Amino acid sequence: MSGHSTYNPTSGIGKWMDARLPLARLVHDSFVSYPVPRNLNGFYTFGGILMIMLVSQIITGVVIAMHYTSDAATAFESVQLLRRDVAYGGTLQAWHAVGASMFFVAVYIHIFRGLYYGSYKEPREVLWILGVVIYLLMMATAFMGYVLPWGQMSYWGAQVITGFFSAIPLVGETVREYLLGGYSVGSATLNRFFSLHYLLPFMIAGVVILHVWALHVTGQTNPTGVEVKSKQDVIPFTPYATLKDALALVLFMALMCYFVFFLPDYLGHADNYIPADPLKTPAHIVPEWYFLPFYAILRAIDFNIGIPFTDIVLIDSKLGGVLAMFGAIVVLFFVPWLDTSDVRSANYRPLYKVFFWLFAINAVFLGYLGSRPAEGIWIPLMKATTFWYFAHFLIVMPLLGFFEKPKPRPASITDAVLGKAELSGASQLAGSTAAPETKS
Amino acid sequence: MRPSWPDRPLHQKQKANRQDCCQSCITLVAQFSIERLNSMKSIVSKLLAAATASIVAAGVFLGTAFAAEEEGGTAHYPIKKPREQSWSFGGPFGKWDKGQLQRGLKVYTEVCAACHSMNLLSYRNLADLGYNDDQIKAYAAEYEVTDGPNDDGEMFERPARATDRFKGPYANDKEAASANGGALPPDFSLLAKARAPERGFPTFIFDIFTMYAENGPDYIYSLLTGYPEEPPEGVEVLEGLYYNPYFVAGNALAMAPPLSEELVEYTDGSPQTVEQYAKDVSAFMMWAAEPGLAARKQSGFIVLLFLLIFAGLLYFTKKKVWADVKH
Repeated sequence: MSGHSTYNPTSGIGKWMDARLPLARLVHDSFVSYPVPRNLNGFYTFGGILMIMLVSQIITGVVIAMHYTSDAATAFESVQLLRRDVAYGGTLQAWHAVGASMFFVAVYIHIFRGLYYGSYKEPREVLWILGVVIYLLMMATAFMGYVLPWGQMSYWGAQVITGFFSAIPLVGETVREYLLGGYSVGSATLNRFFSLHYLLPFMIAGVVILHVWALHVTGQTNPTGVEVKSKQDVIPFTPYATLKDALALVLFMALMCYFVFFLPDYLGHADNYIPADPLKTPAHIVPEWYFLPFYAILRAIDFNIGIPFTDIVLIDSKLGGVLAMFGAIVVLFFVPWLDTSDVRSANYRPLYKVFFWLFAINAVFLGYLGSRPAEGIWIPLMKATTFWYFAHFLIVMPLLGFFEKPKPRPASITDAVLGKAELSGASQLAGSTAAPETKS
Repeated sequence: MRPSWPDRPLHQKQKANRQDCCQSCITLVAQFSIERLNSMKSIVSKLLAAATASIVAAGVFLGTAFAAEEEGGTAHYPIKKPREQSWSFGGPFGKWDKGQLQRGLKVYTEVCAACHSMNLLSYRNLADLGYNDDQIKAYAAEYEVTDGPNDDGEMFERPARATDRFKGPYANDKEAASANGGALPPDFSLLAKARAPERGFPTFIFDIFTMYAENGPDYIYSLLTGYPEEPPEGVEVLEGLYYNPYFVAGNALAMAPPLSEELVEYTDGSPQTVEQYAKDVSAFMMWAAEPGLAARKQSGFIVLLFLLIFAGLLYFTKKKVWADVKH
């Protein structure tokens, strides 16, 4: 897509087809001759892993759907019958459930890699935004998928999350009723969630195609953050990246299989082995682990926001919590413009590097807090970590660009690989003002 | 009065705390913004380091304040963590101990089944325990199930067959609850997986490496053997409840201690003690919750072996291909 196509069909049928629908050319240009920077490290393999995870989830999901009934009276049992009486049903179900978790493991590594190496910066803003859209769709899909087994956590999770919509002023309750298909979570809800859970992965697949397209237009970033400048900087996708991605994928599959076959329940919640009971609220309602940081943010806002010294409430605690939670994702859309630094890679940004890790630790801690009940010491901690989450994007990122003194960057990827970074560093600093287009 | 979340159960105490809490938070935020404005002129790193420090400090301060208030607040259950037992089905090479499962079935049949159903299992599943078709047929035939309608349109009773589900002691949940003073005896099919007292940090991380997944049977064993003669002094137990520090949802439960010495006769020479009964029935319940557990671990071993060998081959292939590329 970027640059000239090197596809050269030799067979008669190859030439015939190429003149009519150049599908083979597209595949060749995208996954064979496509140039990738030679210095990509292991963290750059997660895009490929995520694509395979999506396919794996769709395939297992389609088969599970053949055995599943989306009726409140039979849904729980249909999943159990799949696990007990269908050949390999237990493996299939565990693969799909653990797969969802692993999908998020991979996507979090992928997102944090992007944040570390500044992959969202010009000219890759659209690429990044498409990624955030995929992440949002993944969250919706995962949430609705978790409701389908119709256990206690499924049911009460659905109660809490659909409750978010009732926080919207004026139309909230109506929106929630449309979503639920009634006044409370029930069969109608389960049916529409099943339908949407089947639909959304294909929408994800669509956005993934756009994501990969955008990637192949701009080319990949790399750990130095310096753009590709010459043919020496790149190597063809096949066999180099193909093999590396394959190795990473197999290792990732091994990790996944460890959970699927030895700890299938570790990432889930025991309460979901109890059939949904609308009359019995679980002691602690917690979402799946990958939503925990947002659950902590939601519960951190337990105060009304109003006009000081009056009783006028502008945003009550419920709406405030929901806004903060969605805001935590919305802020990601603006990251390309919130980061004011010209330097991409954190390797050359001594301060950003520290704040990146602070943010990562804070995010993990937010997740831990999300699993704690909203009481005692946990509430102020939730507030502090929530504050830091937003401060990182809204205060640290914009300010660092002005105050940080970046380290000298290599002139090119090849220089960095050959260890000439120090030699060219001094001239690079001077050059960066003279020729802004070469800025890394 | 601010509206509270209907979906989030709030402790009374916590509600009272809210007022103070949001005051402190507003102050906290205000402090930060002033701090930030003042330091804008100085170096940003200093400012942010200070902010980080103050977050931590504020967190610790508020934390201790709240921890102090929390004491004597709501108790967390279970009071005691389950005692970890060694199980034949634990670990990467876990297998069922069929003798134990058979004993467990006997305990279930003679004691637990008086109140607890096991709806998701069929009599045919007992083949896993080492019983042959005739034995299963004979076991099932001891129960009468309703079938029909027949050609005359009438429902009729017949002895259960291997393909029938385990017959429960009650016609429905309502009857079960009413016969037990309002407390519904939970179904056994998934109970061993539906009970998992929190492991806490950092144990839950170690559990990944030790493959610990026997939380359920450990819990059931501890509960069954954990009834003390008398509740500790000063603990009030409601009428009709029995104190048990291992119970996951309170300090007492509606089930009376169900096991006692010599209650069930074992023919294989195993000790006829409460501990042994509890252990056998817990193992049985784990089997009931996931009959395919042992097979799953076995195939997992092969899958992992394959993947790791495959990864090794890929590693060396990749190394060879990349040998001429400096990266």
